[in-house]
Amino acid sequence: MRKPAGKAVLYLAVIVGALVMIFPFVWTVITSISPGASLTTTPKLIPDNPSLAPYLQLFDRVPFAQVIVNSLIIAVVSTLFQLVTSAMAAYAFARMPFRGRGAIFLLYLATMMIPFQVLIVPLFVEMKSLGLINTYLGAILPTIASAFGVFLLRQAIGTVPYELDQAATLDGAGHFRVFFQIVLPLVRPALATLAVFGFLNTWNSFLWPLIILRDPLMQTLPVALSSLQGQYSTQWDVLMAGSVVSILPMFALYVFAQKYIVQGVAGTGLK
Amino acid sequence: MALSAIRPQTLESGSRPGGSRPARKRPAKRRLAYAATVAVFLLPSLIPLLAFVIGPMISAAWTSLHEWNLIGDMKWVGLDNYRFLVTDPATQQAFLHTVYYIVGYLPLVYVGGLGLALALNSKLKGRAFLRGIYFLPVVTSWVVVALVWRWLLNPSVGVVNYVLSVVGIHGPGWWSDPAWSMPSIILASAWKDLGFVMVILLAGLQTINQDLYEAAEIDGAGWWRRLVSITLPMLSPSTFFVIVLSLINGFQVFDQVYVMTGGGPNNSSRVVVQQVYDLTFRYGQAGMASALSWLLFLVILVVTLVQFYGQKKWVNYA
Repeated sequence: MRKPAGKAVLYLAVIVGALVMIFPFVWTVITSISPGASLTTTPKLIPDNPSLAPYLQLFDRVPFAQVIVNSLIIAVVSTLFQLVTSAMAAYAFARMPFRGRGAIFLLYLATMMIPFQVLIVPLFVEMKSLGLINTYLGAILPTIASAFGVFLLRQAIGTVPYELDQAATLDGAGHFRVFFQIVLPLVRPALATLAVFGFLNTWNSFLWPLIILRDPLMQTLPVALSSLQGQYSTQWDVLMAGSVVSILPMFALYVFAQKYIVQGVAGTGLK
Repeated sequence: MALSAIRPQTLESGSRPGGSRPARKRPAKRRLAYAATVAVFLLPSLIPLLAFVIGPMISAAWTSLHEWNLIGDMKWVGLDNYRFLVTDPATQQAFLHTVYYIVGYLPLVYVGGLGLALALNSKLKGRAFLRGIYFLPVVTSWVVVALVWRWLLNPSVGVVNYVLSVVGIHGPGWWSDPAWSMPSIILASAWKDLGFVMVILLAGLQTINQDLYEAAEIDGAGWWRRLVSITLPMLSPSTFFVIVLSLINGFQVFDQVYVMTGGGPNNSSRVVVQQVYDLTFRYGQAGMASALSWLLFLVILVVTLVQFYGQKKWVNYA
């Protein structure tokens, strides 16, 4: 890659590639502000009569505001639970010796390899017998513990110098104080990575919410979008408006948390 | 790998740091207090994992040995569900489609991701920004990706066929054509995951010792030779990870199929998980569905184990 000509070709290739990658998003936005876009056979990059009518239709026909609230509640509560449960377990695995610790940690890791599909039937039955069909709790419960989170945070806690705990213990601090005042503040980047991933996964998840949330007023964004497609399969302006609404929060999160997301992905790759 | 990193240590008085039996000499009362503390830290995650992953997993195995419609009584049928499934043409087709998906998807994302990682690992201005763009689809939900691509690949009014027609090509029916439904799904999936593979391979590239390249250059090795003799072998742990993960996820493909084609047209893109879903919620055959999901799990397990066994032959852990 020393030759300038080679570099120019490389530049051209990655920029054209980036344009191809970004085009579907651009086209989604354009369609969402072009009422009646589904009817024209010659697509236009600049819409003739741009308007927000498809968005108004979207919020008019589907309880979309409610759907956004549902998605937010489920994603935020799941993420908070994941952070708390993972951090506590990670601390126990990293700092508290007890008999059978290795075996239990292995059990946690094993749960990462179980495909979710195997759990569909029994989980549905379990939630039904608990009366949790169509409830936030039913959607949230299966996601409140994350073996991935425990693993990630245990690795992070492992890098905290042991002398810090020791000093605190000499001052009379118990495990709870060491956990809250010493360990947690030092693993903040790992907590941020887990928070972003937890939010991303629950916000985007489809199969479990599809199964457990049957009432249109309880649905999350992906489920509502997929049922919207069933009802208005040819109204692409409205469908794309719905897509834009569900992409935007993720893009905002991505812009602010890009570092943590990329670190998280790259970190799992190195394991 | 992970277990060797555990450092058994304790700060309780009377035990050495590094000793793994902390409680031996402690008074019973303190031992109890310590056990209670461990429980407080562990149970918030252990209980949900037992209740919502491990318990259901075992319960699914039990259900798979029964005939059951989710409402009435369970009827014991032994291994009949499994026996039926392995000879059932619809199940075989679903597995075949799933494998078709993987075989199409994996080379596409790997070669594409590798090309991108190599390009964006060289010193280009604005490469961080470009990486960010390639990564955007990764944070988008499968449902949105499937919807957007269904629109892009619309046979009559989609923009892809319009562009093709401008250059004189009559575009195919994409998701409305049985021969093109799976390629459409593969295309959309590769677009979404390209950035993910790129980031993993970039992380791998950055661990390669640059001295190797300098030595090779002094020996007169060209670009291609350096790629084949240094980059690819040194990158093999990352490649291994991408392949293992892609196969695990590939066998579980569902969201994009459900939204883009619903398994059609003519069941041409029906995959295994969709079969599990329909058996449960459309046909009320929970026993059969559980058997199929366990079958899928066993397939994934065997495929993963085979890869871990085979990695000695080609994965290079420096």
